[in-house]
Amino acid sequence: MTTRFMEIAVGLFVVIGGAALFVLAMSVSNFGSISSKEGYYLTAYFENIGGLKVRSAITVSGVRVGQISDIVFDPERLQAKVTLRVDLRHNYFSSDTAASIYTAGLLGEQYIALEPGAEDDTLSNGDEIEFTQSAVVLEEIISKFISNASSG
Amino acid sequence: MLDWLQNVGQKGLNVVESLGRSALFFIGVLEGIGVALIRFRLTLREIHSVGVLSLVIIAVSGLFVGMVLGLQGYVNFAKFNAEESLGIFVALSLVRELGPVVTGLLYAGRAGSALTAEIGLMKTTEQLASMEMMAVDPIRRIIAPRFLAGIISMPLLAAIFSAVGILGGYFVGVGLLGVDSGSYWSQMQANVDFSSDIINGVIKSVVFGIACNWIALYEGYDAIPTAEGVSRATTKTVVRSALAILALDFVLTALMFSDI
Amino acid sequence: MTDANEYISSEPLVEIRDMHFSRGSNKIFKGLSLDIRCGQVTGFMGPSGTGKTTLLKLIGGQLKPLAGKVCIQDQDVNAISRSSLFELRKRMGMLFQSGALLTDINVFENVAFPLREHTKLPEQIIRDLVLMKLEAVGLRGARKLMPSQLSGGMARRVALARAIVLDPMMIMYDEPFTGLDPITKGTIVTLIKQLNNVLGLTSIIVSHDVEETLSIADYIYVISDGKVIESGTPVSLRSSSSKWVQQFLNGHPDGPVPFHYPAAEYTQDLLAGR
Repeated sequence: MTTRFMEIAVGLFVVIGGAALFVLAMSVSNFGSISSKEGYYLTAYFENIGGLKVRSAITVSGVRVGQISDIVFDPERLQAKVTLRVDLRHNYFSSDTAASIYTAGLLGEQYIALEPGAEDDTLSNGDEIEFTQSAVVLEEIISKFISNASSG
Repeated sequence: MLDWLQNVGQKGLNVVESLGRSALFFIGVLEGIGVALIRFRLTLREIHSVGVLSLVIIAVSGLFVGMVLGLQGYVNFAKFNAEESLGIFVALSLVRELGPVVTGLLYAGRAGSALTAEIGLMKTTEQLASMEMMAVDPIRRIIAPRFLAGIISMPLLAAIFSAVGILGGYFVGVGLLGVDSGSYWSQMQANVDFSSDIINGVIKSVVFGIACNWIALYEGYDAIPTAEGVSRATTKTVVRSALAILALDFVLTALMFSDI
Repeated sequence: MTDANEYISSEPLVEIRDMHFSRGSNKIFKGLSLDIRCGQVTGFMGPSGTGKTTLLKLIGGQLKPLAGKVCIQDQDVNAISRSSLFELRKRMGMLFQSGALLTDINVFENVAFPLREHTKLPEQIIRDLVLMKLEAVGLRGARKLMPSQLSGGMARRVALARAIVLDPMMIMYDEPFTGLDPITKGTIVTLIKQLNNVLGLTSIIVSHDVEETLSIADYIYVISDGKVIESGTPVSLRSSSSKWVQQFLNGHPDGPVPFHYPAAEYTQDLLAGR
């Protein structure tokens, strides 16, 4: 009788613990978004990626559609090669879509914003985004501002 | 001067000796884990006493820690208009550090000290010696199931702590202070990585579980078989477990998160 | 009571040869040699702190001697493998001073413990065996009690039932009479005697209760200062010419074992404070 009670209590404990792990995996981490939604990969080259990181967000009009899966330096083009992983249901971006690196707020995280163009062809797995705009580096703006001010 | 050197040498030798003894003890326990798996009913009882009975203190502490994180995080993020990062802050703090560490510390205080006292008392009342004379190896029959139970319980307790803590942060941040609910969760999901954060957190708690139970069981097994010896061993368990957890946490964090 | 000649004629079960043992810097045994013979009750007597309990642990292989041999049935306890030692221990029972019952299970389960650990007997047979042993010590009615609910004498009787549940060839009693009231003491004496005669086992009793030990032992070793200082049947021991043995048996406060802890001369010590 008491053994049975003890076994039930242990069973419940394991269930609660398992549920907590499940919650951590599915709704706290990105595990849910990796496993549940398939994606396709695009590449884009940037002169300067600023503070962009793997797993940074990709948005369109502020809506999240994917994340950065890889960043490497391409020694032939002398540019940063960024691999974007876009959720499969967002498969309608035109081939002249532009990618820009923006900052969320003044000090926030950097992310890639996609701006769809007008072409009928759409981007598919492995395609390159040709129109890119690098990250804005704060120091460059300030130095430009100072040189303008001193010459003007 | 010579006396002093001799004293230092003697102490050093004693430390090395007790390290060696505890390592041999650990190997003996590992050998006994097979028995603990085969006779799982023995382990089940111990999961009840170290896991289930620690559940309430873990959940309540997790809730409060999460609420404090929510409050502190909000006050500081609000200065930069970055309240939407609250979810990331709460979740990463809990999953990477506070979940495993605080759970480990509470476990050492709640379950570890009880294990030491129990084993020490069994030694004092000659129960362990009588088992040996009945040709039953107490390391296999008594120690190994408790060790296995601790290792199973610890990650579950840490996960519960973190999950409850994130909810606590949600109550304070979203419920009381008005952070947007959507951004609390979506920022969290975008920035908490399953393999590098959640899995590493679980690995940490397993390592802490091994350390805590090893210390607690060894101190009990090695206690001087008197009432005073057992009480001293219990204190030692709590102090040494806490130190071991914090030191191991530093090492593990350096190994796991140094690239970020 | 058997006489000395008959005692010598039976086979030795335990042989201890030139055994040395020490705890830290404290030498407990200095070349102890003795025999314990089959089917007899052998008693060990001596003042507190002479390592009588240690002797039992050495026989059971829980402690290792520094030098010398402890042999049981011609097997050196310290030379055989751990598994053979465990096999040997299954045929030895030991009654600890405190009883050493497992505190988290009841009387029945305590007695059943060795059976459950070492045999795969069906539940019905375990039940029968346990009840038989509990009946032998008169505690069949107490099977549902927890160890914390037992008196000292009852705990010792339960421990005795547990010690004989695997039908051992030998039982070691560590201070079986200490701290018991006269009735319980009498019960334990009778039980030890009966078990020895009925089950035909070999008993080793370690005690400093002179009367009880003399009344049931066939042969007695008196141990002091790490050595056997006198041995013999109870009758021969009583008529021993050794002053030491006479002091111990009759409980004189002063004699060869001095009343005073070694100290400087009394008057000098008092005057030294001036």
